[in-house]
Amino acid sequence: MDTALSIQSLRKTYGATVAVDDLSLKVEPGEIFGLIGPNGAGKTTTVECLLGLRRPDAGSVQVLGMTPQDNPPDLAHRVGAQLQEAALPSRITVAEALDLFGSFYSETRAPDALLDRWGLADERTTPFEALSGGQQQRLFVILAFLHNPDLVVLDEISTGLDPEARRDTRDLIRELRAEGTTVVLVTHFMDEAQALCDRVALLHEGRCVALDAPAALIDRLDAPYRVRFAAPPAFDPAPLRDADGVTQVARRDGEVRVRGREDLLTSVVRHLAAQNAIPDDLHAERATLEDVFLTIANDLSSTQVQTEALHPEKEPS
Amino acid sequence: MKAFLTLTWTETKLFLREPMATFFTVAFPLLLLFAFGAIFGNGPGSAPGEVGYTTYALPGYVALTIGSLGLLGLPTALAVYRDQGILRRFRVTPLRPAAVLGAQAVVHLAMLIASTLLLTGAALWVFRVPLPERLLLTLGALLLAGLSFLAVGFLLGAVLPTVRAAQAVGNALFFPMLFLSGAAIPQFLFPEWLKTTSLALPLTHAARLLQAAWLQGQWNGSSSLVLVGMGVACAGVGAYVFRWT
Repeated sequence: MDTALSIQSLRKTYGATVAVDDLSLKVEPGEIFGLIGPNGAGKTTTVECLLGLRRPDAGSVQVLGMTPQDNPPDLAHRVGAQLQEAALPSRITVAEALDLFGSFYSETRAPDALLDRWGLADERTTPFEALSGGQQQRLFVILAFLHNPDLVVLDEISTGLDPEARRDTRDLIRELRAEGTTVVLVTHFMDEAQALCDRVALLHEGRCVALDAPAALIDRLDAPYRVRFAAPPAFDPAPLRDADGVTQVARRDGEVRVRGREDLLTSVVRHLAAQNAIPDDLHAERATLEDVFLTIANDLSSTQVQTEALHPEKEPS
Repeated sequence: MKAFLTLTWTETKLFLREPMATFFTVAFPLLLLFAFGAIFGNGPGSAPGEVGYTTYALPGYVALTIGSLGLLGLPTALAVYRDQGILRRFRVTPLRPAAVLGAQAVVHLAMLIASTLLLTGAALWVFRVPLPERLLLTLGALLLAGLSFLAVGFLLGAVLPTVRAAQAVGNALFFPMLFLSGAAIPQFLFPEWLKTTSLALPLTHAARLLQAAWLQGQWNGSSSLVLVGMGVACAGVGAYVFRWT
């Protein structure tokens, strides 16, 4: 099977604003691929280009081997989408919406089962405008994969969902992948991306600044491991800095926080045992995608300051 | 085809759920029929050509429905669909853009025909208004005037960026025409200068085309040319400037 999604040197500007700049990535079939980054990073513009809603200024986009800007009729049958800033007619009922969207496709999943599973079975005759935000979002989720698409694009799917529906969404995404569906997940929830995605592309000001499996990105951090413990009485954390694998030690609110590389836990525990300092409470954690994001964003903003200082006449891009 | 039919049926139900659209398409013409009918009656000779007032005024009420569908109904419907992101959602389905616009055109035309039948039935029953002698010619006039104003509505829906703008411009165009085109008030009551001036209003031509066909069994060539020209121009420009988002 072809690559599910291939983006080559994509560039899109709105007037003087560069929304996406030289973005290239490939998504393999059956993958859950995350597009992550802060608001304004270019995630939604990228999604709009791959759905054919916008025409790239430069570069190319191929979805399931087709070019979305040509509006190939087959593509819409094989792609499902949940978009931001999209709506249904305010007075259409849930059942009518499913009938209508069902009529667009040659084959669909059983609508009743979907309504049951997504807790909308009692809302069949409710108009769209009378649904709560979460219910509207769940209806959009149903409409996105009603027709068993090969590729599903979900743009900020968790927004407006309560914790239970968010959990359901995660289960659904995993089920879709198990059925072989490729999922492009756009999100600014780093925990969601880390829990679900096989690989993520981190966008920052329209550029891809990191692209890999979440675990690999975390491993690449200087200090992917963390240990924090309640400081025992009269404990001096300073000597911990010299322990094996420790890169950073901080003390805050009566808690000692240590960051470091592999075997951090062993080395901290050894140190504590040698000092005969037994903390009441100790947690070992791995860094998260959030840390990757914060580290990269931090590095980038300091580089940018330097670049601007070196080239004051240059327009920031 | 299944998609188009389902969409058209859904849009029909949605149209009837909009109180404003239903009022101006169905209730308002009926209200004028009964109110002016009660005032002026339908006695022979109460209007030119030895016909009754209500008989004479009826094609005008149909023109009014045409004006409200083309100037208020369709532009607002398109603006709402664009503003709220409904067109955006449709864009990522296999539904063709032509189907979305086609369904709107069919629904608005069907509403025009339904409203005309209802209005004519009521006029026949209550005021004994005779049916047009040349039915097909009258139907032709109805369709030409209807399509021409739907093209205007399509253009307005294409160029006006928001729902608010669509409603403001639609009202600004509709209400002067309502009173001055002979739609609500027959032009035989107008002074000559106003009759002449009113030829600048497109709805005057819709009213005159319908009156000529309905009352005299004649085809008003000049008015039909104006309506064809306006329809073709608006549809062409509209198709060129229409945006989905």
